[in-house]
Amino acid sequence: MKRAGGGFKTRQAGPLKKSPMAVFKRPSRTYESRLNREQSRLSMIAIPVASVLLGSMVTAMPIIETQPVLPPLGLMIFLAWRLLRPGLWPMWAGLPFGMFDDMFSGQPFGSAALIWSLIMIALEIIDMRAIWRDHLQDWLIASFMIVIALFGGLICAGLVYKARAEAIVLLPQILLSLLLYPITVRMVARLDRWRLST
Amino acid sequence: MAASKNRPSGFSRKAQYSLFAAYVLTIAGAVFAGLLLVISVIDPTGFAALRKIGAEVTAPVARAFDSLRRSVNDLGGNTSAYFDAAAKNAKLTKEVKANRTKIIEARAIKLENKRLRNLLALKQAETGHIAIGRLISSTASSSRRLATLSIGSNYNIENGQPVRGPEGLIGRIIEVGPTTARVLLITDPGNPVPVMRVADGVAASGEGTANGMVMVRPVNLGINPFKIGDIIVTSGNGGLFRPNIPYAKVVKIIPDGALARPLANPAFTPYAMVLPIYEQEAMETLAIPADEPIAPAQAAEPQE
Repeated sequence: MKRAGGGFKTRQAGPLKKSPMAVFKRPSRTYESRLNREQSRLSMIAIPVASVLLGSMVTAMPIIETQPVLPPLGLMIFLAWRLLRPGLWPMWAGLPFGMFDDMFSGQPFGSAALIWSLIMIALEIIDMRAIWRDHLQDWLIASFMIVIALFGGLICAGLVYKARAEAIVLLPQILLSLLLYPITVRMVARLDRWRLST
Repeated sequence: MAASKNRPSGFSRKAQYSLFAAYVLTIAGAVFAGLLLVISVIDPTGFAALRKIGAEVTAPVARAFDSLRRSVNDLGGNTSAYFDAAAKNAKLTKEVKANRTKIIEARAIKLENKRLRNLLALKQAETGHIAIGRLISSTASSSRRLATLSIGSNYNIENGQPVRGPEGLIGRIIEVGPTTARVLLITDPGNPVPVMRVADGVAASGEGTANGMVMVRPVNLGINPFKIGDIIVTSGNGGLFRPNIPYAKVVKIIPDGALARPLANPAFTPYAMVLPIYEQEAMETLAIPADEPIAPAQAAEPQE
């Protein structure tokens, strides 16, 4: 990570030479472009959206499993953004993101759209009750939502295809998801910093 | 964490209305999603087009990473093969010797079988396949067990066709896109397969449990005939899967049947072979002139 102090030192050392090679001098260029600049609206909006969509598309990667073990990454990234930045998306955002997730997850169409919408309403109600929360409480809330979503998915698949797996099948996936959530939050926080600094 | 800026809405009418509108929109969205789900319940293949688009769009990525995945998969096996190579070599040599005589016997039996079949004027069941592809991804986060096949209607693949690997049955096709197809794996709870024990032909029905195993239940209830280590193959009943495709190996006995591990692991299978629907084969076999008194042995129902 670069410290701002280093940049100022180079600037104070002497007047900036306007030689053609000055473009390639890293410190001055870096800080000139980063000081007094406009934030990119595109990346402010696109980075969170793209991260959730990519999380939903992870199932398209060549991971072939005979049992569900891959955590629902789209949902986890969605929850992390929602809990980290409560005003980032409107409340109805669960519907479009859920519908996109349904295209890739193999679940019956509409199940994630429904579950994610209900999660958004639940989070809104939780936000009204518990305003100041720390990371542990957020983790607990997210864990609860992930468990509900996975079981909801199981029930939806059972409704549509008339054959349901035993609930115990989800246990490894749930454990993995809950343990992976803090890392997801870290990644999302890093993305958030990138989003607001470019 | 800080509270979001528009809450509580206080005396601002505008803030109150916008919060109310957000609730209305979200609940309407949830109802809409519920309707989509109801449509899915009524017509499970209704949104197949959307899923096909999803599969087609992401297939290039999956294809590109597929060879990498398989080489990584092989890495473990290749490395472990170096350990106790000498002992394994000695064991295999002994096995080869033992097998040689068995192969000769089997050849003789095959010849005899052929001769007897000719005697009965039975037509040999076709053993052809429609196309060979690779499994490129799976629904790794859903309790539905689906895999994506690298070929689709461009290779004449149709719904219902069985898919097998070199080790055994993998599943059957349920959605066909232009260049990809979805395979319902045998480990999915919604994929019943008529099977039998290979040793004595005890008829049973197998279905997935979504945790990588299959449940095998005997058709004739009563005494549970299964023992650990039994090999289960498809029986050809129902007309979808042809008989004698290796299915699973019994690993645990439960009160009303047995838990079995599928013989083909879709993660390690080098290729996936799409087979024609067996009933069609049987139909073709039946479509020989009616005056000849022929009853194909593999047909699901005896000919009247």
